[in-house]
Amino acid sequence: MEKQPFERPFIKKLHSGMPGKFGMKMDFDPITEIDGINVKDLIGEYGSPVFILSEKTIRKTLNTAKRAFTTRYPKVRFSWSYKTNYLDAVCNIYHQEGSWAEVVSGFEYDKALSNGVDGKYIIFNGPDKSAEYLEKAIQKNSLIHIDHFDEMYMLNELSDKLNKKPKVAIRVNMDTGIYPKWDRFGFNYENGEAWDAINRIMIGKKLDLVGLHTHIGTFLLAANPYKIAAGKLADLAVNIENKYNHNIKYIDMGGGFASRNTLKGAFLPGTDTVPDFDDYAEAITSGLINSQIKPDNLPLLILETGRALIDDAGYLLGTVLANKRLADGRRSTILDIGINLLFTSFWYEHIITPAQPFSHHTEETAIYGPLCMNIDVLRENVDFPLLKKNDHVVIKRIGAYNMTQWLQFITLRPRIVLIDEKGKSHLIRKNETLEVFKSLEKTPEYLNNFKL
Amino acid sequence: MKLKKNIAVSDSGFIFDPNSGDSFSMNPVGTEIVNLLKQEKDSDKIHDAMTKKYDVPPDEFNKYYLDFIQTLKQFNLMENDD
Ligand SMILES: Cc1ncc(COP(=O)(O)O)c(C=O)c1O
Repeated sequence: MEKQPFERPFIKKLHSGMPGKFGMKMDFDPITEIDGINVKDLIGEYGSPVFILSEKTIRKTLNTAKRAFTTRYPKVRFSWSYKTNYLDAVCNIYHQEGSWAEVVSGFEYDKALSNGVDGKYIIFNGPDKSAEYLEKAIQKNSLIHIDHFDEMYMLNELSDKLNKKPKVAIRVNMDTGIYPKWDRFGFNYENGEAWDAINRIMIGKKLDLVGLHTHIGTFLLAANPYKIAAGKLADLAVNIENKYNHNIKYIDMGGGFASRNTLKGAFLPGTDTVPDFDDYAEAITSGLINSQIKPDNLPLLILETGRALIDDAGYLLGTVLANKRLADGRRSTILDIGINLLFTSFWYEHIITPAQPFSHHTEETAIYGPLCMNIDVLRENVDFPLLKKNDHVVIKRIGAYNMTQWLQFITLRPRIVLIDEKGKSHLIRKNETLEVFKSLEKTPEYLNNFKL
Repeated sequence: MKLKKNIAVSDSGFIFDPNSGDSFSMNPVGTEIVNLLKQEKDSDKIHDAMTKKYDVPPDEFNKYYLDFIQTLKQFNLMENDD
């Protein structure tokens, strides 16, 4: 007689009354394949844990976002925010789709150049631009977004030294009614600092003011602040035209659109509550179109959208290491994925889904990573099906920031695999090895030997 | 190691504990084990029956079994041993 498949025995106390927020039903089917490739086969070929990226989803999401803007505004350009995910293969998909590069460090600047991006299509942001890199960026005609007055003075000096007029924008911070206000980057709108910076640039004549930039925050759950921000930048553009008869070429609205992840502490899932690209596009374009900018002078609209473009395209596959019972009776499941690979678990309630069929029985479970640290928690308390050791899980919507903010702590970073539009997998980043780390270390001769 | 006497178990895996008024639900494997406990089968018999019927190595079953019994104790569904 054939034996029946085994599920571990399970009992759950039934509570009367309202379902708690953790009692919300899981949407739940297992994720057994990604873009036509079996999860088991992916783990078999590339190991566990492993990051998977879907090229199809990357291109589709970008095109959805583009359509939302181009149907509402005549000139739009996306610029890929490298920090969100700067794997060369990923950046090049965006560049193939026409996205420029948005970088915030010398490292990212060089990465964009080495990917073959022409310097004039690189936007250089951030508070940390060295004289060396500013000089490089000026020579290559990049768009330099000035963060503070010290940087402006440095650019003035370099302009004299190189006898070249750098192309610049200023970054503007402002009150758009959201909290927290991001006021540590750029020049403030309300207190007149931004207008002051503009006047100094225009009167100094050493820099070519081509744009205005803002990045009002990240994971904004309302679209209206963008309308306010676009209106304020448009006002600055109009004032520049009135005073200097100078038209700025672009307005860059930064990033900050929410992805469909669920923030910690949110009562409803992100898929139900987050504005979509059409909402953001409507807010921004109406802010610009309804401003006093003359129709013939409407500037190029640049967007540096990061997480909302790539979160959905990323998956992290892993394996159950163990189940155990906590002192308070709750179950805990330990995965081979920790916060080292899933940095975003600090602010998202990530959806962790079994990769094999499971029954409808679930149990309140804490899901932990393998790191020997108390903070290594992926989910504090989630209704989770009964997984066994060696079962696989899929964590979806992890494409943004995890592959750049990951930590090397006590283990090595795993492989990253891209599934192309035809459903074929490609290794796009090798796993790290002990040799990779040792090759960077130097041990002084006298420490080479010991006896225990 | 025995289940408390007056505990009611339904075929569909519901348990009612008249002592506390609490109710519980179980999956089929859990239900089977509780029914065997109710028939006062000992651990060895339960092991035999379950590992014959299900595709699970005996030591692996033992792990889940012990954990399950621990949970029954936590929910006050077992008689105290001593
Ligand atoms: C200047 C700038 N642009 C774009 C982004 C991308 O933001 P997001 O991923 O929220 O779209 C960031 C992120 O911090 C940023 O600082």
